[in-house]
Amino acid sequence: MLSFSTISKSIDSWLRATFSDTWTMVIEMLIAGICVISLFAILGLILVLMERKVSAWMQIRLGPNRVGPKGMFQSLADTIKLLVKEGLTPDGADKFLFNLAPILAIIVAMLLMAPIAFAKDFQLWNMNIGVLYVSAVSSMMVISILMAGWASNNKYSLMGAMRSGAQIVSYELSAGLSILVVVVLSGSLNLNEIIQSQADGWWIFKGHIPVIIAFIIFIIAVTAETNRAPFDLAEAESELTAGFHTEYSGMKFALFFLAEYVNVFIVCAIGATLFFGGWMPFHIGNWQGFNHVMDFIPSSIWFFGKTFFLIFLIMWFRWTFPRLRIDQLLNLEWKYLLPISMFNLLLVTAIAILGWYF
Amino acid sequence: MVEEIGTTTDGDIIINVGPQHPATHGVLHLVITINGETIKKVEPHLGFIHRSIEKMCESLSYRQFIYVTSRMDYLSSHINNHACALCVEKGLQIEVPSRAQVIRVLMDELTRIASHELWWGAMAMDLGAFTPFFHAFRERESINDIMEETCGARLTMNYMVPGGVMQDIHPNFQTRVKNFITLYKSKVGEYNELVTGNIIFQNRMKGIGYLSSEDAISFGCTGPTARGSGVSCDTRKLYPYEIYNQLQFDEILETGCDSFARYMVRVREMNQSIRIIEQLIDNIPEGDFQAKTKAVLKLPKGEFYQRVETARGEFGVYIVSEGGTTPYRIKFRSPGFSNLSALDHIARGSKLGDLVAMMGTLDLVIPDIDR
Repeated sequence: MLSFSTISKSIDSWLRATFSDTWTMVIEMLIAGICVISLFAILGLILVLMERKVSAWMQIRLGPNRVGPKGMFQSLADTIKLLVKEGLTPDGADKFLFNLAPILAIIVAMLLMAPIAFAKDFQLWNMNIGVLYVSAVSSMMVISILMAGWASNNKYSLMGAMRSGAQIVSYELSAGLSILVVVVLSGSLNLNEIIQSQADGWWIFKGHIPVIIAFIIFIIAVTAETNRAPFDLAEAESELTAGFHTEYSGMKFALFFLAEYVNVFIVCAIGATLFFGGWMPFHIGNWQGFNHVMDFIPSSIWFFGKTFFLIFLIMWFRWTFPRLRIDQLLNLEWKYLLPISMFNLLLVTAIAILGWYF
Repeated sequence: MVEEIGTTTDGDIIINVGPQHPATHGVLHLVITINGETIKKVEPHLGFIHRSIEKMCESLSYRQFIYVTSRMDYLSSHINNHACALCVEKGLQIEVPSRAQVIRVLMDELTRIASHELWWGAMAMDLGAFTPFFHAFRERESINDIMEETCGARLTMNYMVPGGVMQDIHPNFQTRVKNFITLYKSKVGEYNELVTGNIIFQNRMKGIGYLSSEDAISFGCTGPTARGSGVSCDTRKLYPYEIYNQLQFDEILETGCDSFARYMVRVREMNQSIRIIEQLIDNIPEGDFQAKTKAVLKLPKGEFYQRVETARGEFGVYIVSEGGTTPYRIKFRSPGFSNLSALDHIARGSKLGDLVAMMGTLDLVIPDIDR
């Protein structure tokens, strides 16, 4: 069967047969890098178009429908426009930091791609601390936003960056705690082992109500972490014009834009991996026949299907809710989400020790 | 004394919101002193869209000057035109046919709904929710279609003339209005579901932007802004013009004094306008749509004042005539100007994000403020 894992394995064995071990490694790294960059570009194009179509559908309008069939090439045309636009650096800006910030944002998003399992046995780096790595690297995102806001020499940018700093640092906590719920249940930090632990049912079904609570908190926290409405205070169009990227134009703006969408994809992929079993098909306990039928659907379709469902959920939030105020945002985290997720983690630990899950 | 750009001696930051800013819905310039996120002072700077309409009116005849007033509060252009026509009629003592009166009131109320629809969408957009804007425009669009058919324009109608209305209503008018009422009633539940009942929205609106009844009166606030503070000021009830004293409708009063009260006044007012339209739409009397007037109108020497209730509050027209074909002096009392003056008072001490929400609840139309 033609699957991602057989393709990658055949390339690997061919390279090993042709070149020495060192060269094989170098070439494989290059291929992986190119794959990540092209995945980036494709994801950016697809997610922007998806967002525009979803928002159009919710706002009783058509959305892009002129460039290509059903507006499919609209985001491609936008990319070309952004590429040829002049990238301005404002007077009085800290030029080095100003230009570094978008690059840092995109590097962080790229690094986060490493431990994600896109299909069965198809993963860039199967590391044993995958979950820890994801939460550690994703918190670096705030540095690029703070950098952009500070270096722009613009008060709106600065305020957006400070809001974003307060927001991401706070919501990191409940995101981390809700991830820990699944780690406690599966007993591993390795994303692959977490997926394997869901072979007889996804954690969202196996783990009773505490895991559902953890999932809800996770979705709220990652929406805040990726700076999307109703937590888009860092951009807050009606208050701060465009927040931290007010002064950015052309490709530098596009990098921020791309990083935002790829981050949305990554957090949804992590959510799908932890709570919905990643590429693991829908299995029910020991119903062998049913599980076997489900296995016929390729694992990559399961993974992308779940991820895009979560992305749709996050887009749905964005086009429905009004924005929170900064003090309400912090109240929500420190007074409600954090205590709830701490208690929830305690509960799940008890459940895990006593074995009260399926 | 503060600098235009930079910081005060206390270390507070001064930021300029506008004249080009997505939150001001026009060319309004606010100089805001903030400490962190907390607002210490709001200074509105006006004049970016000043066209000296009052001065222009002095060189226009009594038929012509009405058209300029459509460009002031462009969302209630019918009602502005109505006020001017009424003022001229008062001076000339013209008896307006009852058909024209009913058509005028119908148009006024349709305009009020259209204006509140737009405000509702823009209000939600100020709070960061984009979708309600499009939902509001769907209903507003059908009002615009009605206007287009009868008046020939969608924004600056110029339909009211001294003595009546410009031309008779379109044959489709009554059917279309009835269709609109059905459409509106089927959709109004959606509004409350999407915005009014939303927990984030209520938290953003309740208890902020407190404007007490005394302050509302002393700042000269009128319309829904004052009625949200419990001040009874509906010109249609207090100084009835046209046929308003024969109609059944309630003056909406809320006593919350906060942003949410002002919001609820406007939402509930739309239902009252629907009620007025329902009473009149099947009872448009037959007859002339315009009284016979002279080709050249000359107001007798004297002063004339007429006030009406626009979607934003009390709009007044003050004409001083020397007996000539053009007014000697014209002054408009625009509701937006007085309502804006309360902004500094209600915004002090609240967060920057709430400033935008408060401006939304004042329902500012900048060309109305600047004229």
